[in-house]
Amino acid sequence: MQEQAKLNRRNFIRISAFTGGGLVLGFNYFLSSCSTSQDGGQVIDLNAFVKIDTKGRVTIMSPNPEVGQGVKTSLPMLVAEELDVDWKEIKIEQAGLDTVNYKRQVAGGSGSVRESWESFRKVGATARQMLINAAAAAWGVPAGECATENGYVVYKGKKKAYGELVEQAAKLKVPEDVPVKPAASFRIIGQRTRNVDNHAIVTGQYKYGIDTKREGMLYATIIRPPAFGMTLEALDDAEAKKSPGVQQVLRFDNKIAVLGRSTWEVMQAAKKVKPQWKEEGTLESTADYTEKLHGILAKKPEDKPRRQDGDIGQAFAKAAKVIALEFDAPFLAHNTMEPMNFFAHVKADSAELYGPIQTPERARGRIAELLKLPEEKISVMMTRMGGGFGRRLMTDFVEEAAMVSRLAGNVPVNVIWSREDDMTGGFYRPMCSYRYKAALDGNNQLVAWHHYSAGVSGGGASPDSFPAGAVPNLQVDAHTYKSPVTTAPWRGPTHNYIAFSEQSFLDEIARQAGKDPVAFRLELLEQAKANPVGKVNYEPDRFAAVIKKAAEIGGWGKSKGENIFQGFAAHFSFASYVAQVAEVEKQADGKLRLKKVYCVVDCGTVVNPSGAETQVEGSIIDGIGHAMYAELTLTNGRPDQSNFHNYRMIRMREAPAVEIHFMQSSVAPTGLGEPCLPPAGAALANAVFAASGVRLRNQPFIKSGLFA
Amino acid sequence: MAAFSLTINNKKHDVDVDPKMPLLWVIRDVIGLTGTKYGCGIAQCGACTVHVGDAAVRACMYPVENVGQQKVTTIEGLSEKGDHPLQLAWEEVDVPQCGYCQSGQIMAAAALLKSNPHPSENDIHNAMTNICRCATYNRIKKAIGQAAGNKITIPNA
Repeated sequence: MQEQAKLNRRNFIRISAFTGGGLVLGFNYFLSSCSTSQDGGQVIDLNAFVKIDTKGRVTIMSPNPEVGQGVKTSLPMLVAEELDVDWKEIKIEQAGLDTVNYKRQVAGGSGSVRESWESFRKVGATARQMLINAAAAAWGVPAGECATENGYVVYKGKKKAYGELVEQAAKLKVPEDVPVKPAASFRIIGQRTRNVDNHAIVTGQYKYGIDTKREGMLYATIIRPPAFGMTLEALDDAEAKKSPGVQQVLRFDNKIAVLGRSTWEVMQAAKKVKPQWKEEGTLESTADYTEKLHGILAKKPEDKPRRQDGDIGQAFAKAAKVIALEFDAPFLAHNTMEPMNFFAHVKADSAELYGPIQTPERARGRIAELLKLPEEKISVMMTRMGGGFGRRLMTDFVEEAAMVSRLAGNVPVNVIWSREDDMTGGFYRPMCSYRYKAALDGNNQLVAWHHYSAGVSGGGASPDSFPAGAVPNLQVDAHTYKSPVTTAPWRGPTHNYIAFSEQSFLDEIARQAGKDPVAFRLELLEQAKANPVGKVNYEPDRFAAVIKKAAEIGGWGKSKGENIFQGFAAHFSFASYVAQVAEVEKQADGKLRLKKVYCVVDCGTVVNPSGAETQVEGSIIDGIGHAMYAELTLTNGRPDQSNFHNYRMIRMREAPAVEIHFMQSSVAPTGLGEPCLPPAGAALANAVFAASGVRLRNQPFIKSGLFA
Repeated sequence: MAAFSLTINNKKHDVDVDPKMPLLWVIRDVIGLTGTKYGCGIAQCGACTVHVGDAAVRACMYPVENVGQQKVTTIEGLSEKGDHPLQLAWEEVDVPQCGYCQSGQIMAAAALLKSNPHPSENDIHNAMTNICRCATYNRIKKAIGQAAGNKITIPNA
């Protein structure tokens, strides 16, 4: 970067880094710059998203963190669609944190595509228009009569490659309000497109955060308190310091860091540190929490209701039938396959952070505070994450890396968590209990619904979740019990356990009312449409359509053999509609096995069908796996599970077949990384009820003894 | 500490390490090949799968002293050009989500196909016990089937 010359102040176009070879066209929305590619081409940034070199090579920057949800493929597809380039010829690069040029660099809330749908296409369309304008000027023809074809601007037999135009284009005024294509003209959006990092991944070349290695870098491992509610009193590190490969042992907060030349050596040395821990207050166990949560639910809610329609008190008093069920869901660990890790190199007046993080902007803010450095002196580069599931929304592991780097004398460090550190170190899905109560009138109509939830260090209700809107008297209450256990969002936060209990309870009501579970849901949606009660956050017609389609593709109500039983669930979350049919088989010995899940999704426009299908299939199997097998329990503040030998994860043999149908849609895309997970456990539980008459009310289901 | 002469991906590496150091960490931290991943350290998840001779081995619990004269193959050495039938199938079927466990999955599958070129679905289930937290299992199965010449019927995969 040698010179910067603002060519157009109003639109922030500038040329930068002119060192003598090629050009890049980039997108702060409206910031152009130019630099030299290695082989002498000039690279011009038309804006912070699009780079085109003078030889015609196009690079699209992907600003959002890639956590396995596929945005490094799907978001550049939006830009490429409008830019009109050959997808096979372009290069995709991950951008680092850059809050000047990009918005919402977050992997969370199933929001990347829905938040970027308009703006990323606009970016591509604007860059394309700049190239057209440059060609039109060169030819002396009206820009409105020029078109583009896969990397070329064309006009009546004339043709110029983007690479020939980019230098001139970057000097032009950035056009405003450039229209985007109508859906009918899409040729990249809607095409099955493979993950852009596939080749690097399958050849072992892709460098995840944990693979980071730098000159002079030390590996570090951290010893944290073994139980929630403990602090570090003292330590003896004499043995550890003598351990091979160890360079430093540091104490900070309630933690001890061991630094050295290899991961294994520091992990071995950490075992030789003798810490003394002190109890701060009572150390709590899962049994205590269960008692506390059930105690809360047995009493009248103390807090203000989260939602109140009509008067449930009166409705229950007049009810012909009252149905009640209680459900429990355990703490869950996130268990990303790539354990927590982060590289940090803190210097006297700056810091470099590099690694897997879903919230780079939040991390930078925290480090700025912690190290008393200005944010602009801190760089954050995101690596493709080996999973996140909400764990990497937290910034604790980045803070630790920065602290260790500073305390060790501003050395570059890669702090790596062992699996045990990762699983026992907290930030769990909150443990929760729920009580549901429903009233039916003399005509078996659902006239009242009460949802009361209690969670440890979080949890809570989803107050507007269906059947809210369809029931005249409805109340939702939630209470949180504060504990030292740290909790965090976990894929499909709140929805992941609400959907299980709510959809199981709807199934129970249908059965007790003598109604078909699918027909019952459709009846409720009719009511929400005809006589909406309070706020209705879903469109009843779209919801009903996915339910009908799922019943159709799943063959709901049709006999599939005397040993096959089905369960139904439907849930609306992250603005997407999902309906599922789970199919279990009863074996000769009476044990049950989940064979298949049918899933219908309305998530608006599907940008990348291949990526979308794998998200749906993965989140269903993930949801089934956690409902079936997973729990994290505590004894005196210590997690009882520490690794995959005693925390069971679903494996290939247990994965059901999944059949997916996306509703045809031309509306803007909605969430997809999470919405298919929440109903999966409920669909399975309802199939189990159909097969056995047993209503599963506690996860993990495997404890019921019903399964093969 | 002890000296070992290892042949990894047909290249000789002389290392001086603790004989008990698991092969995983020798490969990753000492030699610097990072395609082999750390996932659990107790041979449960299979992210660290490499071949020692022709066998799939979970390198996180395999002490370097046990390697002896056997050749070690990691994901980087599975094929010269990244075109092993499984690698091609993995790309084509578009298996990876986060991708972290996939090198171990591919190495486990490669050992399976070497000893059993046309495995049944049950054979695949027996051999493929690696954990994928993104749950790409059905696509993994489909990719193995494709690499094995589509001899396996995977319902709805």
